[in-house]
Amino acid sequence: MRFLLRRTIFYALTAWAAVTINFIIPRLMPGDPVKAIMAKYQGRLDSSAEQAIRTLLGLQEDKSIWQQYVEYWSLLLHGNLGVSFQFFPTPVADIIRQALPWTVGLVGLATIVSFTIGTLVGTGIGWRRGTWADQLLPLSTFFSAVPYFWLGLICIAVFSVGLGWFPTNGSYDRSLIPSLNAEFIGSVLYYGILPAVTIVVSSIAGWILGMRNMMVTVSSEDYVTVAQAKGLSERRVLFGYAARNAILPQVSSFALSLGFIVGGTLVMEMVFSYQGIGYVLYQAVTTHDYPLMQGCFLVITLSVLAANILADFVYAGLDPRTRQEG
Amino acid sequence: MAIDSTILEDVPQDVAPALAAAAPGKRKLLFLRNAKALTGLGIMAFFGVIAIIGPWIAPYDPNAISADLLQPPSWSHWMGTTHTGQDIFSQILVGTRGVLVVGLTAGIIATVIGMIVGVTAGFVGGAGDETLSALSNIFLVIPQLPLIIIIAGQLPSAGGITVAVIIAITGWAWGARVLRAQTLSLRKRDFVEAARANGERSWRIIGAEIMPNLTAIIAAGFVGTVTFAVLSQITLAFLGVTSVSDWNWGTILFWAQNNLALQRGAWWWFVPAGLCIALLGMALTLINFGIDEFVNPRLRSTGLRARDLRRRGIRPRIGFTPVVRETSPRAAQEDQA
Repeated sequence: MRFLLRRTIFYALTAWAAVTINFIIPRLMPGDPVKAIMAKYQGRLDSSAEQAIRTLLGLQEDKSIWQQYVEYWSLLLHGNLGVSFQFFPTPVADIIRQALPWTVGLVGLATIVSFTIGTLVGTGIGWRRGTWADQLLPLSTFFSAVPYFWLGLICIAVFSVGLGWFPTNGSYDRSLIPSLNAEFIGSVLYYGILPAVTIVVSSIAGWILGMRNMMVTVSSEDYVTVAQAKGLSERRVLFGYAARNAILPQVSSFALSLGFIVGGTLVMEMVFSYQGIGYVLYQAVTTHDYPLMQGCFLVITLSVLAANILADFVYAGLDPRTRQEG
Repeated sequence: MAIDSTILEDVPQDVAPALAAAAPGKRKLLFLRNAKALTGLGIMAFFGVIAIIGPWIAPYDPNAISADLLQPPSWSHWMGTTHTGQDIFSQILVGTRGVLVVGLTAGIIATVIGMIVGVTAGFVGGAGDETLSALSNIFLVIPQLPLIIIIAGQLPSAGGITVAVIIAITGWAWGARVLRAQTLSLRKRDFVEAARANGERSWRIIGAEIMPNLTAIIAAGFVGTVTFAVLSQITLAFLGVTSVSDWNWGTILFWAQNNLALQRGAWWWFVPAGLCIALLGMALTLINFGIDEFVNPRLRSTGLRARDLRRRGIRPRIGFTPVVRETSPRAAQEDQA
């Protein structure tokens, strides 16, 4: 339990750091662009909304920094992320609430699929090192070196524009009304295939490589040799002894690289105009919608933290050493 | 590990002559003998030369508008033209410098921060270690790209060096983490204890005893950070977050995307830039593989031995170690024939 307690404290600290970074950044930046935008909306904002935006973006020259910080926290704890400039006067929280499920569905599913397949393939390649399977490595290197978004562009060019198999953008057929019927769900799945496959293809290489290297290291351990010498079936040695231990670093690196993966997949949403949070962030950046930008960053970070906590629980379940400690 | 090294020495001389001898000079050459590392360094050198001479050898001004609108590749425009008749080949040549400068600058800054934080944390231990590793873990967990995007998005104009600094500030944590772990394990080794017993000052222990043993890890961290920096910078340019008038490969993709190159079927507009990114990224990954195999003997021996084993008809499997009795290489070949 000590492990989980330590992790909980760490995540609380990280969440605090993320909020504080979000508080500090606008205050470090030259405020002119923000002021210019504020001036544009001067008459249209009601006073409480204007106050909230001033707090969020650090435009309160008359207050001490500590006072600003306290007010900032109280806004966040009330779920108030300000009002979007671009979709005026929709609150930022509402926009994000609509976008988040799409991202969690697409990115979450694709990442889990990629992790599972990548780990399995890596197990196979690591087990049969020095055979034809090693030839797959350079190929996976290529895919890990390509930026996610470029692969997305190529996929659109080939499969949507060229072959016309998939739609070029969007997340469901616009002529349908969102509801829980078969037609709508089918449309969502159909529109999701290409982005999901692209995310899987571009992120799978890292998992294959990590697992392969761990397998190579683990399978020279004595306990694997002993298992083999005892005459256990190859299957048993592979999954019960080698892969079982090799997967541990894989899970912990899953937690750590989640931030990186999410960053990459958000860009994918921008390429596909998929209505998730990455696309919202992109729109916010291109239209200088500062409150929306800040809100997106905060929500993305907190979601990544939540996923991390989940990965930690899984890790604690897999590795008895973490539970014994202390 | 002991097992691996004995096997390596059994390998016939034509496969790995440098391995048996452990002279320091030859150990350095070993890294260069690695085919992956060499390929990577070769590609990097190629891009390095282009980064320097690119703007001079570019056949056209990358901004110059001409009458050849959206032309596919031809003799006069090797990579075709944009919708305003700009030469894409020239844009790529000129853009290489921006990519490399930002990548290397960010890599250097991030590596220095990572080194300071990681080595200090590993060396001092205790509360200082707890604080510093918590700090680097926080930076690891916070998604970097959105962070970079919101910082760059709020700056009035984010040019090359600004972007490099932002990337470095957000991207140093991985290196710090790895370095800390390694420093922790080095700190308790006999030679460090001996130096401490001799009354060496901490600075000298870090500089003369610990640092040299971290070289490979620092190098790997540097290469990794450069890869990350190049990809981030290109992503930022592609999204139009940073200045869209500075040429780099991401800027080309930005203009291609914004002018519907995909829908118009202008593949020459976005394929070359992407391939350049992939090639550069691959070169960096290959260099990292080389360093990895250099540091981790288990990975190295598999890589070097695989072909040799196959030639002798041995199928490498886990669980037992192929040991070949000392024979001359010729005899081994005859065996197989």
